[in-house]
Amino acid sequence: MDWQGQKLVEQLMQILLVISGVVALVVGYTTESFRTMMLIYAGGVVLTTLVTVPNWPFYNLHPLKWLDPSEAEKHPKPQVVPAASKKKVSKK
Amino acid sequence: MHTFGYRANALLTFAITALAFICAIASFSDKFSNQNPSAEIQILNINRFKKQSHGNDEVSLTLDISADLQSLFTWNTKQVFVFVAAEYETPKNFLNQVSLWDAIIPAKEDAKFRIQVSNKYRFIDQGQNLRGKEFNLTLHWHVMPKTGKMFADKIVMPGYSLPDAYR
Repeated sequence: MDWQGQKLVEQLMQILLVISGVVALVVGYTTESFRTMMLIYAGGVVLTTLVTVPNWPFYNLHPLKWLDPSEAEKHPKPQVVPAASKKKVSKK
Repeated sequence: MHTFGYRANALLTFAITALAFICAIASFSDKFSNQNPSAEIQILNINRFKKQSHGNDEVSLTLDISADLQSLFTWNTKQVFVFVAAEYETPKNFLNQVSLWDAIIPAKEDAKFRIQVSNKYRFIDQGQNLRGKEFNLTLHWHVMPKTGKMFADKIVMPGYSLPDAYR
């Protein structure tokens, strides 16, 4: 999953769970049924799982552009030269 | 959110946290309910009043208990535990409470009732103080919620008394 997809997944997950919680609470309170509230919330959690957890194609619309291997050979990695340590005498 | 396991974990923890919030709000909503329970107890008969072999007084009563506890039930109530206690004072103890009868009310429909029953638990004093004793009969209830804090309250009914001599 690419970066844009991950951001989308996080937002969708939070929004969907909060909405199912609020809807569950309101419907449960007005129908005076605790069971209804729990069932609606459980349904909301299952729905959110189906939408956010699998790697759906619409989360992969902005794939990362990796550098082409033939390009990479033209720009070799810089060599690290071991730095000669200079001892400085601070006191004279 | 880069792997399946990561997303599943994030979803599970957020879902459970949200569930905790929902239950807290559901429990808080109980504060908005109007509660006006009522009860009345009559002593129909004093069946036995004697001194036991080891010296303590014992009473056996028949009670007529009528109560309307329907307003205690909300959408967040699992059951109501109700019991009747006799309360009186002795020279040794400032307050003696003896539980005489209890019941569990599982639903609102069962919360308005009238029964005539002899005391379920024995009314035994620590001593021989019950002759001519005046006592209160108190109906206590504990409302047990589906989620949240249990709360308890009572109705005190004074003015009952036992006879002056053993029967």
